Amino acid sequence: MKKVILITGTRKGIGKELAEYYLSLGFIVIGCSRSPGTIVNSDYRHHELDVSNEKDVVKMVRTTKKEFSRIDILLNNAGIASMNHFLTTSYNTVQNIFNTNFLGTFIFSREVSKVMMKQKYGRIVNYTTVASALRLEGEAVYAASKGAIENFTQTISKEVAPYNITVNAIGPTPVETDLIKTVPKDKIAALLDKQAIKRFGTFEDIKNVIDFFIDDKSEFITGQIIYLGGIHN
Amino acid sequence: MSEEIEKIIVDLLIELNEELEGNLLENPTKKTKLYGGGGALDSLALVSVITDLEERISDEFDEDIVLADEKAMSQKTSPFRNVKSLTIYIQKLLKVQN
Repeated sequence: MKKVILITGTRKGIGKELAEYYLSLGFIVIGCSRSPGTIVNSDYRHHELDVSNEKDVVKMVRTTKKEFSRIDILLNNAGIASMNHFLTTSYNTVQNIFNTNFLGTFIFSREVSKVMMKQKYGRIVNYTTVASALRLEGEAVYAASKGAIENFTQTISKEVAPYNITVNAIGPTPVETDLIKTVPKDKIAALLDKQAIKRFGTFEDIKNVIDFFIDDKSEFITGQIIYLGGIHN
Repeated sequence: MSEEIEKIIVDLLIELNEELEGNLLENPTKKTKLYGGGGALDSLALVSVITDLEERISDEFDEDIVLADEKAMSQKTSPFRNVKSLTIYIQKLLKVQN
């Protein structure tokens, strides 16, 4: 039986790469983004929505449950970043970042966990960032939204453990995607310098950790946060 | 609508009772206590009931509701405290949607 994986933010970047990767492995992939999908595959379904819109997320998860009867894996990949001094960060920016990053992760985790509970199996992978562990200047709000996700990940991992659902988080280093295209080069260089291994992260690095978290054999791995590149709290 | 919702809840409780092989929820009625203060469900069983109910309400009324409430875990005012309060709560949510 094909595994069903739901990935948020699949229009571009890491999300799209992951969707195509899991399709190539024979998974059924359910994706979403605020604009139309860019993946064409008979095993792919795309939903156009804002991840912080509760009603739309509920509908997406129920539609998926109706068609495939299960959801094995959830990757809360959708996220937005903002680099700014906190004194010049607007209230609206904070709301947008927390809505997409934290609220999106919360709503998807809650709704998909309901499906996973019934099947007594599930793997949830959330996304944090090395900026959270590093308390990186200029990333206060983005890192705070990810810090919330880290704590949430560890707490809900206990709440859903009785249902054989694991919840973990990956903290990537900068990867050359749209998310960091506006960040000055010297800032990125300074960040890479804080890593034990001083290079950009790659899709392969991220896939490797996600593959580990979602492996059937990882049933005893939960509430863990893995940062790439040798960063730690 | 109230009777339909109540029937969905009662049917679900009968099935749950069979699953649990217990008699705590035998012959459930409007007054059957569910959660808190002598209720038959612990928090894990409550979460399971909520999940099933959302699905059945969606199938029956073609409306996606979320049974989440800030008072969910309250002993006195939880909408999940008995079959009647849960019926009223679901009815209210369905009305808001329309």
